[in-house]
Amino acid sequence: MKRIFGRTKSLRPLDTHYCSGCGHGVVHRLLAEAIDELNIRGITIGVTPVGCAVVAYDYWDFDCVESAHGRGLAVATAIKRLQPEKVVFTYQGDGDLAAIGTAETIHAANRGENLTVVFINNAVYGMTGGQMAPTTLIGQKSATSPLGRNEKTEGYPLRISELLAQLQGVYSVERTAVDSVYGILKTKNAIKTAFQNQMENKGFSLVEVLSACPTYWDMSAFESLDWIKNKMSKVFPLGRIK
Amino acid sequence: MAYIKLDQEKCKGCMLCIEVCPKGQLKPGVALNKKGINPVMFLAQDCSGCTFCAIICPDTAIEVYK
Ligand SMILES: Cc1ncc(C[n+]2csc(CCOP(=O)(O)OP(=O)(O)O)c2C)c(N)n1
Ligand code: SF4
Ligand code: SF4
Repeated sequence: MKRIFGRTKSLRPLDTHYCSGCGHGVVHRLLAEAIDELNIRGITIGVTPVGCAVVAYDYWDFDCVESAHGRGLAVATAIKRLQPEKVVFTYQGDGDLAAIGTAETIHAANRGENLTVVFINNAVYGMTGGQMAPTTLIGQKSATSPLGRNEKTEGYPLRISELLAQLQGVYSVERTAVDSVYGILKTKNAIKTAFQNQMENKGFSLVEVLSACPTYWDMSAFESLDWIKNKMSKVFPLGRIK
Repeated sequence: MAYIKLDQEKCKGCMLCIEVCPKGQLKPGVALNKKGINPVMFLAQDCSGCTFCAIICPDTAIEVYK
């Protein structure tokens, strides 16, 4: 009997601090698998965020640099420009990429930096206690929208991927969801393609992943996946945006 | 028959693997692990080695052999 599924080299054999059913663990594994399948572990540099994934560098067995909240793409720009032979990616939440880091994100994209971005959209600020994020859905309850997000006072869920796709400097943008076996496999392919784009010098490639936060959605793991399918992906449609 | 190895200490009891197994080979366990969680049990009766459980697991607690 052969082992046909197991941990790859880039994923250290550690327990993570993530909540039960959290999507971060799945995407960490997919990144590790993509990197090992492309055989780029030795030349990859990850830029980790502030957010629940703040210690992602502990879980991956390749080089990483931690960035200040939202500044991932500014840090990644410097690394890639100094070491263009390296494969550089950022891993960022919606609070990180689409709230505090909006300026860094938009300008790196507009400059067409040859980088790979893995953007985890879980519709809340997980690390700080489930506050409203730019991506929180209308009506969704959070610590700072206890009656549900109201578009009249809090605005609309920010489709930042669609916004970035408008920029001339951006090469590719795709949205996937880790809400099923199929969705997970699609997400891995999208991440792999985004790395390949960088290796072929095609430019800025972003993958947005709709990812469960059962804790602050106040749902079971299974209900969370259902919510992604039935609610979240209606507001954030899946597929290739650019 | 194919089989899985489920790391009882890594499992966080999210039960997603139970939901996706087409053969009903997984069910909630009875003994608590060190996290204080009931890890999932593998019945080992009719596993096809489809890897669905391992793909869905957020904690990479499952290895599949075929
Ligand atoms: C400069 C700065 N401002 C605010 C914070 C507090 N803070 C830490 S994590 C976070 C939000 C993280 O949310 P998100 O990026 O969506 O990631 P998640 O935790 O949901 O994965 C905030 C506001 C900080 N650490 N640094
Ligand atoms: S708070 Fe949410 S995003 Fe953070 S680890 Fe828990 S489930 Fe994951
Ligand atoms: S999917 Fe993984 S963590 Fe969740 S119950 Fe199954 S083995 Fe445990």
